[in-house]
This record gives sequence, structure tokens and C-alpha cells, in this order.
Amino acid sequence: MERTEAEMIAAVLKGDTASFEPLVEKYSPRLFATARRYARHESEVEDIVQQVWLKAFEKLDSFRGEAPFEHWLMRVAIRTCYDSLRAHQRNREKPFSELTEPEEDWLDRYVSQPDAADENAEAARQLVERVLGLLSPPARLVITLQEIEGRSVKEISKLTGWSVPLVKVRAFRARAEMRRILARIGKEKYL
Amino acid sequence: MNLAQLQRKLIAAARANPPSQRVPYAFEKRILARIAARPIMDRWELWGRALLRAAAPCIAIMLLLGAWALFAPPPNTPTNDLSQQLEQTLLAAVDQDQPIDSAR
Repeated sequence: MERTEAEMIAAVLKGDTASFEPLVEKYSPRLFATARRYARHESEVEDIVQQVWLKAFEKLDSFRGEAPFEHWLMRVAIRTCYDSLRAHQRNREKPFSELTEPEEDWLDRYVSQPDAADENAEAARQLVERVLGLLSPPARLVITLQEIEGRSVKEISKLTGWSVPLVKVRAFRARAEMRRILARIGKEKYL
Repeated sequence: MNLAQLQRKLIAAARANPPSQRVPYAFEKRILARIAARPIMDRWELWGRALLRAAAPCIAIMLLLGAWALFAPPPNTPTNDLSQQLEQTLLAAVDQDQPIDSAR
């Protein structure tokens, strides 16, 4: 008979470390996808997920079982990703003068015919990665959670530990920051 | 250039391309190995470490104070003695009154 998550967690807390393995196996894909949203390089992704699991193991006794384990784990993951963003704040992405050729082509297409620029194009994905890479850590976190993942302010508040008004303020500032960055592209490239 | 529309397009691009969920081979084994290799620390060990770290600066301060007490020159004039200064100050009025009293 398969054990439930609560049983596995109870076993880990009693000292049976092996019971942690099925949890790692089950939730690692989700954690890798989350970490890939914030890490600049693939090499960083594994470090972040590893940190998340080690923190989760250390703090497992603080999991009360009131909410699903996944929600608790995602909170640990988001906070670890945010810490990682802040730690690497100084060496953020390169400026727009180093746009790749496909990115420049996509932007040209957008400027000449906005509707013709396909958002499914790889260049658009690379460009948005670059723009997100230039955002400050709180702005990047809030844009990713709210705009890209479509989470509500309340959910973001729970995930990040920020108050609801703080999330709203940071979301407002983040959108403004992103527009400023986009305006800079426009200036550097077309003026 | 319409910035709001460009922003929407780029966000849509990010939404259309969710990151991969690929997990490196035997990742869970690595995590378990890391957990097993972690040093287990109890409260007493943490205390012991903190005390051991504090021992060196405490010894250094003790030696400096000892050396200062041993080699510092002793106060050479009695006026440097705080208790004497206090006594003189307190008795200054009495000392002044004494000749008048004796005259009576």
C-alpha cells in the first residue's frame, strides 16, 4: 500500500531520511521549472533546487500539515529563488547593445508591424528573458508571479511573505520598471 | 513604439514558453546523499563552538588588562587619589569655618 505524504513526512521527522526520497522525486520537476524562471544559467538551477530541498529538510518540523505540502514547499522555493536573485543582483544581464540578431529582427518586425511580431518566436522568448534579467529582484519576482504565472495578489503575498499592500506597490513599480527598460531599448536602438 | 503593447507581447511570449521540468538523472539520490553527509549538530555542540570561538579574544583581553595593571605607573601625587579629592571637597567648608570657631 502506498504511503501518504503526511506519513512520509512523519517518518522523516522520526529520523527515517529515506522517506524523503519519494517527496524529492515527486516535486523536483515542479521545483526545476520554478528555478528555471529565475536562474540566469542552467548551472544555477541545480544549485537553487538543491538549496530548496536542503532547507525543506531542515525546516520540515515547521510544516504543520494544515495546507498541502506542495504549497509549503513552493513557499520555500520562491523565497530561495528570491534570495538567489538578490545574491546575484550585481552581475545582472548585459545591456541592450548586445542584443542578438534574431532579437533585433523581432524588435524591428514589432516596430514596423506590431501584430506581425509573433510572441511564440524563440527571439521573443530570449528578449523577455533579457528584459526580466535587467529587472530588480523584487520586480522580477512579482512580474513572474503575477503577469507570467497569473497568480493573485493574495497568493503572491502568501508565497513571498510580503503583505498584500506591499505586493500591490511592488507590482506597480515592477510594471513601471519594465516599461522604463523597454523605453531604453527603444532609445538605444531607434533614436 | 507602443511600450504597453510591447510589454504585453513579451509577457505573452514568456507565458507561451513555460520552462522545462527536466530533472537531472538521479537527482533525488544526490539530495539524499547531501542530507546524509550533513554534520548533525546538537544544541550543546553549537554552544561549545561559540564558547571556543569566544575563548581567544577573552584570553587576549585578559592578558592586555593584566599587562596594563602590572606595568602602568602608579599614581605619583596624592592629589590624583579620587577619595582624597572627595574628602577635601567635602571638608573644605569645615576647614574654612575652623579659625572663626577657635577665635570664639
